[in-house]
Amino acid sequence: MNYYLSEELNDIKEICAEIAEKYIVPVRAKLDEENRFPREIIKVMAASDLFGIYIPEAYGGSAEIFGGGSMALAVATEELSKACGGVAVSFAANALGAMPILISGSDEQKKKYLPDLASGAKLAAFALTESEAGSDAGAVKTKAVKDGDSYILNGTKQWITNGGEAQIYTIIAQTDPSRGARGLTAFIVEEGTEGFSYGKKENKMGIRASSTMELIFEDCKIPAENIISREGYGFIVAMKTLNTSRPGVAAQAVGIAQGALDEAAKYASERVQFGQRIDSFQGIQFMLADMATQTEAARALVYCTAKMIDAGERKFEKESAMAKVFASDVAMKVTTDAVQILGGYGYMKEYPVEKMMRDAKITQIYEGTNQIQRSVIASALIKETAARGK
Amino acid sequence: MRIVVAVKQVPDTAEVRIDEERGTLIREGVPSILNPFDEYALEEAMKWRDELGGTVTVITMGPPQAEAVLREAISMGADEAILLSDRAFAGADTWATSHTLAKAVEKLGDIDIVMTGKQAIDGDTAQTGPSIAASLDWPQVTFVGKVLEIDENSIISERYVEGGCEIIKSSLPVVITVLKDANTPRLPSLRGKMKARKIEIPVWGIEDLKLPENEVGLDGSPTRVVKITTPETFSDGEIHHGEPEELARLMVDSLLGKEGR
Repeated sequence: MNYYLSEELNDIKEICAEIAEKYIVPVRAKLDEENRFPREIIKVMAASDLFGIYIPEAYGGSAEIFGGGSMALAVATEELSKACGGVAVSFAANALGAMPILISGSDEQKKKYLPDLASGAKLAAFALTESEAGSDAGAVKTKAVKDGDSYILNGTKQWITNGGEAQIYTIIAQTDPSRGARGLTAFIVEEGTEGFSYGKKENKMGIRASSTMELIFEDCKIPAENIISREGYGFIVAMKTLNTSRPGVAAQAVGIAQGALDEAAKYASERVQFGQRIDSFQGIQFMLADMATQTEAARALVYCTAKMIDAGERKFEKESAMAKVFASDVAMKVTTDAVQILGGYGYMKEYPVEKMMRDAKITQIYEGTNQIQRSVIASALIKETAARGK
Repeated sequence: MRIVVAVKQVPDTAEVRIDEERGTLIREGVPSILNPFDEYALEEAMKWRDELGGTVTVITMGPPQAEAVLREAISMGADEAILLSDRAFAGADTWATSHTLAKAVEKLGDIDIVMTGKQAIDGDTAQTGPSIAASLDWPQVTFVGKVLEIDENSIISERYVEGGCEIIKSSLPVVITVLKDANTPRLPSLRGKMKARKIEIPVWGIEDLKLPENEVGLDGSPTRVVKITTPETFSDGEIHHGEPEELARLMVDSLLGKEGR
């Protein structure tokens, strides 16, 4: 489908497609096998100016050129994800890490941190999840205790994408346990800060090129000026961040689905059984037709949500959740069907679709499980209905 | 350091066929690309510009649509571009082409280095680079696989020749033709692509270059392509069957030139 993307957005698409073809596809199986972060590819992305596309010009980026940055991020993430969901999330997680500063940071914080992120000189990561605080973000146990002009952080963050690779971390910690979610505060923590170290690197089912790590804080002293927004506003910062970043996960899912569809369609056009190409069989045709339709519908929903955010709409929580739920469920279904169409070959690591199926699964889980997303959608719906009833 | 990179728009060779009757290349419907060897020349020029400062100017001679390869070069990071285009330039052979390119280099003035790919993948002559040097009366270093050093007055490079490597120091200005061993060309950047779309590319014609008509295009070309043919392929392989020992003897005798049997 032609979305009539601007020339500038097409530039992003072209550059990402070229990076995918020349730098990602040749190594994706190896990165997956070795659980290895794609540092070389990240450098190429930086040289191509990709890290600035969601950051305003005033802070070294180019978001205005693309009309805001959400579409830019979606287009880039989708294109990279067609080749490898793991490499793509290593790119997109920087946006997630930068988002709290972008959305709620002070001008000083933006000036201090964003230019290095826009150039790709530094990477960012967002840290909310803990062993006992996932969907229930209010249950964060990492403590930040005020000590003069500083806060002392203690606790462990878990499953942090870009952990160990990023230099700038945005952390959600508890400053007032008695207030639950309203006692949370967002902090900026830089790599190398005393008391901040990395724990184990996770061994994952999919997106294995990406780094997923524990962050450990032991009497880690953070200056009060590193608070994003205000004390007690951490939950709001986190929710705004996730609402804005979710179309990015959705775009990743669309890309993974498209990559799997392309592989399946190509295979079906070449594979001969019973003396004919298997795409001449209606059983395969109907599967491919559904995969294509679902992927396109997911893309349309993601693009519309991203455009809504770029247009400056203030409330997009519901749409953002819908895009994420729909696209990630589509990615799971389409990749599963792609493996089915490739049959035994699809199950083998010589072909990329089994990896795509493993990569797709996480999009239903991270940045808010699809069950949580459905709750978000339902509660928005209930509120809208109640408002209409008045 | 002011470097000029001379580039060429060529048909994608994977797609080219030959018109057997006319003896010419069939270019219709064939996508055009930036000559791949010129990408290495461009990267080498940009690499040294990034290190030493200065500018990289890309030039090409061709029809108006050849502008596309100049924009591609800008998207990769070249600073400016000039298109040499004039009806009078049509039908130029390598002599007339390099003469025209050399005049453009003279008009630009103060150029330290002209870089170009070792050859273009359509004509495969490898003559244009050396011929630019001859026309400018500059030294030339061809088939450069590695540029080791550039300072204000000289350049030291490795020239890869059959069976070896020559290390050559040359004074500036100089013409260098570059091999693919030299580097890995960078990808276009977003900023580059945006600049490429907006930049005004000057078009210089025969009058801008103050060239007489008999020195350009078909009139200025001393050579003529009489015929293009596909060379006959020879297949003189032989297949023998037999015991390993017998076959080994047969092969050794054959290598020694004996008609053994």
